[in-house]
Amino acid sequence: MSDVVDHSRRRLLTAGTVGVGAIGVAFAAMPFIASWLPSARAKALGAPVEVDASKLDPGQAMKVVWRGQAVYIVRRVKAVVDQLGNHDAMLADPQSDDSQQPAYIKASGAARARDPEIWVGLAVCTHLGCSPLSAFEPNNSFQVAGADLGANWPGGFYCPCHGSKYDISGRVFKNMPAPKNLTVPPYAISANTRISIGVDDAPKAVS
Amino acid sequence: MALAPESIVPGKGLIGWIDQRFPLTKLWKDQVAEYYAPKNFNFWYYFGVLSLVVLANQLITGIFLTMNYKPSSAEAFASVEYIMRDVEWGWLIRYMHSTGASAFFIVIYLHMFRALLYGSARKPRELIWIFGCLIFLLLMAEAFMGYVLPWGNMSYWGAQVIVSLFSSIPVIGGGLVEWIRGDYYIADATLNRFFALHVAALPLALVFLVIAHLMALHEVGSNNPDGIEIKKHKGADGHPLDGIPFHPYYTTKDLVGIVGFLLLFCGVIFFVPTFGGLFLESPNFEPANPLQTPPHIAPVWYFTPFYAMLRAVPSFAGTQVWGVMVMGAAVLILFLVPWLDKSPVKSIRYKGPMYKIALAIFVVSFFALAVCGLKPPAGIYPTLAKVCTVLYFLFFILMPIYTKFDKTKPVPERVTGHD
Repeated sequence: MSDVVDHSRRRLLTAGTVGVGAIGVAFAAMPFIASWLPSARAKALGAPVEVDASKLDPGQAMKVVWRGQAVYIVRRVKAVVDQLGNHDAMLADPQSDDSQQPAYIKASGAARARDPEIWVGLAVCTHLGCSPLSAFEPNNSFQVAGADLGANWPGGFYCPCHGSKYDISGRVFKNMPAPKNLTVPPYAISANTRISIGVDDAPKAVS
Repeated sequence: MALAPESIVPGKGLIGWIDQRFPLTKLWKDQVAEYYAPKNFNFWYYFGVLSLVVLANQLITGIFLTMNYKPSSAEAFASVEYIMRDVEWGWLIRYMHSTGASAFFIVIYLHMFRALLYGSARKPRELIWIFGCLIFLLLMAEAFMGYVLPWGNMSYWGAQVIVSLFSSIPVIGGGLVEWIRGDYYIADATLNRFFALHVAALPLALVFLVIAHLMALHEVGSNNPDGIEIKKHKGADGHPLDGIPFHPYYTTKDLVGIVGFLLLFCGVIFFVPTFGGLFLESPNFEPANPLQTPPHIAPVWYFTPFYAMLRAVPSFAGTQVWGVMVMGAAVLILFLVPWLDKSPVKSIRYKGPMYKIALAIFVVSFFALAVCGLKPPAGIYPTLAKVCTVLYFLFFILMPIYTKFDKTKPVPERVTGHD
């Protein structure tokens, strides 16, 4: 045994011990970090919901809850549907290229819907998650928060938090705080106007 | 007069017994009885001790509130109403806590303004300032989470807006928000973890940082309205000639300030606890409703300057992350103040007109931003918010330039206004 302390060996061993210890701490932290993820119960409650929209008259809207978020279901008048393509120049993302929706919604163009007369979309502003209000009447001077939607307002949604405006397909206008169109969740419509939100294909009828 | 540290002889009796086992007398002398503070402290020097008073108020009333509060989305709102109506003196404890939150920000903002007046952040007090900025940052998180707990409709939608800020971060944003909420929306899991952070994790961190803030202060010594170092002129006893022991001189003086503060504080608690919707917003007297956004979401007043900056920035390149970055930068830029100020003098008393004008513009734009953040984004307010956001940042960004070229007055050797 030598009395001389091997400092480089001691430094190496100390650094090695600290390094292994740090890795251990990182692994030990994982369960705590993961405990913040949605629990099994939260995941189970995020299952699809089924809504009967047959009672909606043309021009009416309803809100349902899916995964704790409000979802708009709007029964659009045919005249409104026919005008949808007329104000594309005023929109930030008329073709929904940067927005979130299933492929079959994007393919439907200005309607952004499986059935042009029934529009489904999250009532969650893409700016900071407020709930936009329905402001369907064209040319209305919508007095929420003192904002005047103006004479050219074609009808749509208005977010009271930061003043974002969307058309009746949930497409955002230019120069708004919101960067994207309203998100359309996956949904399916079966023959009797039953809407299943959260799935791409209508569940098979059980009868 | 005062004893040098080595002359502390362990006494007899209980104190002596303790001193041999724990530095009780030494701590008392170092931190209080023989901490020499400049003798020329003015009104602005009350706000440090007042923030300690409010911190104590928040800790004590907070502990008593947790005894009746239920952190679940089904029971939270009702349990707060239970505290307000059925718990003996519950209304007082809750109003002390809710008013204390606003009072905390009032005294902290004034405390920070004092530092800008007298150059308290400058060398050698950079670390005190950094600890202070960290306290401010934590305090904002603490206040935000506390505001969610009553589970009123403004609590809910405020949480929705603030948590959604993180979703603007590219790539990881969506997953990060889900992780923070613990659900696909602001839910029971979110409320429960905010409660844990609000009553345990953040207060612990806050108290730790306050101790670090004070230790750093007592290490380098307090600044003063003249912005000069009193340690440069020491007497025969080794103590600064312009310094007086913190106890009993400043403990007594601070008591007067505390009494004055408590008069105002109690006036608010007893007569205007909601402060016209500023301290407690009216939509928060309705339970949280995920389907119904309040017609106008405004955060509590102390966040509105930063909220106005967030709203002032439009989305660009398909993301609103820029507004979030501007808001974050508005807080983070404070950390740099000790290095941005290039003036040869610290105190505004000896600084030139440029700094005085810049500080005045900064204060006016901060107040204007606070108003913009409270108002709906319509009319003049969006433009005003944009202009004031620019002015807010220019105060810091141009500081190295205007403090360098500003005309300064000669600084006296000893503090003024006292014999």
